[in-house]
Amino acid sequence: MGLKSYYSYGLSSFLVIVIALYLLFTGSGEAFNVGRFLEESSPYAWGATGIGLCIGLSVGGAGWGIFVTGASILGGGVRAPRITTKNLISIIFCEVVAIYGVIIGIVYSAKLTAVTEDVLYTPENYYTGFALFWGGLTVGACNLLCGVSVGITGSTAAIADASDPDLFVKILVVEVFGSILGLFGLIVGLLMVGNAGDFTAAAGIASTTAKAVVSPYVM
Amino acid sequence: MEALFFNIDNGFMEGVVRGYKSGILTQNQYANLAQCETLEDFRTQLSATDYGGFLANEPLPLSTSTIQDKATQILVDQFNYLRSNAVEPLNKFLEYITYSYMIDNIILLITGTLHERDTHELLERCHPLGVFDSMPALCVATTVEELYQSVLVETPLAPYFRDCLSANDLDDLNIEIIRNTVYKAYLEDFYHFCTSLGQPTTDVMQRILAFEADRRTVNITINSFNTELSKEQRAKLFPTIGRLWPEGNNQLAKADEIDQVRAACENVSEYRTFFTDVQSGGHTNGNGNLDELAAATQLEDRFFRMEVFLNKQAFLQQFQYGVFFSYIKLKEQEIRNITWIAECIAQDAKDRIQDFIPIF
Repeated sequence: MGLKSYYSYGLSSFLVIVIALYLLFTGSGEAFNVGRFLEESSPYAWGATGIGLCIGLSVGGAGWGIFVTGASILGGGVRAPRITTKNLISIIFCEVVAIYGVIIGIVYSAKLTAVTEDVLYTPENYYTGFALFWGGLTVGACNLLCGVSVGITGSTAAIADASDPDLFVKILVVEVFGSILGLFGLIVGLLMVGNAGDFTAAAGIASTTAKAVVSPYVM
Repeated sequence: MEALFFNIDNGFMEGVVRGYKSGILTQNQYANLAQCETLEDFRTQLSATDYGGFLANEPLPLSTSTIQDKATQILVDQFNYLRSNAVEPLNKFLEYITYSYMIDNIILLITGTLHERDTHELLERCHPLGVFDSMPALCVATTVEELYQSVLVETPLAPYFRDCLSANDLDDLNIEIIRNTVYKAYLEDFYHFCTSLGQPTTDVMQRILAFEADRRTVNITINSFNTELSKEQRAKLFPTIGRLWPEGNNQLAKADEIDQVRAACENVSEYRTFFTDVQSGGHTNGNGNLDELAAATQLEDRFFRMEVFLNKQAFLQQFQYGVFFSYIKLKEQEIRNITWIAECIAQDAKDRIQDFIPIF
């Protein structure tokens, strides 16, 4: 453990410091330019990454929840087969989380329209790209945690139901509240891209100025 | 955090063992069992519970030992099912549970051989959870060294026996010392293994094992009064874990009578009630021995109750390994209860039939 953490923290920070000092002392400290990075990276890259994170994290959360719940339902169902049908509702709650991700993914991908590169870099398109990225991350993270929380509660519900049927409804209430958390992410994710239009080509004069600044280090 | 990853390997097993736990007899079922007039009634009542028709094919004059054997067999079957489905570290954990039965079996065999009992009879009396391949070979050993070299070295218990190799000849006192030294080593090892499993297993198991250690400490102390066991030897047998350790253990090592044991246990609030109306054995009148015996059985009874209580608590926490240990212990207690009730029915001792320890 000690050696592993020594290498993972010590070595990586050492490399970062060496590279940073090298760039600084050879007169190319400008290479670390966050603003330039944001300007040069394509809004499509931001948008597509956002959509990918959104659906990927949501499905990850749903899958995690389903296996946590499913394992307990299977085990509990060995001695109390009656719980298996009733507790499918926990699986459905987890599944809903993935559906939230799919819905948002579809809504977001509608904004990705084809625009040629020389007319792509307008403020509106930058805004759309960033909104899609952070919106997707919000929805994805929300749904990941929601799926895990519903899964763990669902597992407890299955175990509790197996030993005392009265407890099922009570724990289901807790589970319902857990599953609402994902809905919050969905709503906020929709609001975040509410003001972002589709990708559009720059009109007239603006088209000449809307080219990406090409970095000497990136090429 | 344990909830995120526990179910990957153990979710199914936990569900199964909790299902088994729902089959443990309840107060109502005990009340019905205690009403029975004959063992045949008893069998009919039991078939309505989770035990089902486990006695169905037995020839009619039922004996209590058959009932006990069959009930134990059910526990063993369930345990083997769990064990064959388990992966690391649950597998190791279940193995640790069997070690205590193995120790008991080894001691039983050595003691039996010392008193020249029949080997086959002894092997039949061994607890099936603690059976291992080279067990029959134990009967030929005459010294501890030989015992260790020929048999034990290839069992998982070998490290525990290493500490007591110095005792050369096997007599009753030495066997008792070996048993307690080995058990002490086992408890400490198990305790540290549970600590390595992380929360919340650590939390649950440490509570149970600490009590187990304290119970052994108190028992060793009480049983060593008026014997040739010296106080230094006695102190060496105490497990170095538990809630009495180190201060209480130190006091117990110097104790000469039951009042001092009580004083040592006063420091732990849960243990205070154990001794509240246990009569002190210090009377010098004619039935002094009888008093001490009564006090010891009462104390033993309270220890069992405490154990059941702690094991029940283990089921309140999900995503931990303690439930597997607790289930085995609760089931064992249930088998003791059933045997007790059956024995009372067989011997027509209805007045003492309520003296079992209800679980749920």
